[in-house]
Amino acid sequence: MEAVLFFGAAIGALGGAIGVVAMRNPFYSVLALIVHLFSLAVLFLLLTSAFVAAAQVVVYAGAVMVLYVFVVAYVGGGGESAWEPIPGQRFLAPALALALFIELSIAVLSSALLALGTHGPDVPAGFGDPAAIGRLMLEKFLIPFEASSILLLLAAVGAIVLAGRKREGEAA
Amino acid sequence: MNVEWYIVLSALLFTTGAVGILVRRSPMVILLCLELMLNAGNLALVAFSRMVGNQQGQVFAIVVMVIAACEVVVGLGLIVALFRRKLPLNVDDLRELRG
Repeated sequence: MEAVLFFGAAIGALGGAIGVVAMRNPFYSVLALIVHLFSLAVLFLLLTSAFVAAAQVVVYAGAVMVLYVFVVAYVGGGGESAWEPIPGQRFLAPALALALFIELSIAVLSSALLALGTHGPDVPAGFGDPAAIGRLMLEKFLIPFEASSILLLLAAVGAIVLAGRKREGEAA
Repeated sequence: MNVEWYIVLSALLFTTGAVGILVRRSPMVILLCLELMLNAGNLALVAFSRMVGNQQGQVFAIVVMVIAACEVVVGLGLIVALFRRKLPLNVDDLRELRG
């Protein structure tokens, strides 16, 4: 059962990722990314991290993707130019990516992670649920938590400065 | 499922995102591919957290999500600003900063 769920979600995640790269229209790319994010949430649930899965669905597939859809609808699809400034880019890029994947695989396989071949230890019932993560966040990781909230605020202000309209009489 | 399956899947997803960044020219799709790579990192973090039996990796994954949200907000703000100034939305045409 777990294997079926894993391979289903893995195929969904990989298919969504390939869809993001392969689709001509950015709107379809965004939709493919939503499929990818939901599949990843299933994988997170399989890894007994309920809170991360919920945050993935609510924050990513909910909020961030709505922002993407709005911007794509505002800016418009727009075809990409067929002009290729770097000769052979279409062939070189997959070759380099294959090299990257082989390198990552070698790094994983030859690492001395003893537990790699195993299932991981048995975990208690509350592992990864909102209460446990919240306690960890507000006790052990309070300063990173606050720092990330300040970072979010800065990003929001920065986006308003970047994309907002200039007021009347203000130099551009 | 063994943990290594998740790690290999994460490597595959990361590679797919890297291909997208190398091949595509629309800044919006490049941002989407950055999301793919960050999510692949997230999957590896959560898988290792399960492997060690420790929840701290999940807190890490949530912080990565926050970073991704910030990056999206600033990136989309830049795209909207480019669109307002009627600049081409193509990373090959936006080459003023190139040396």
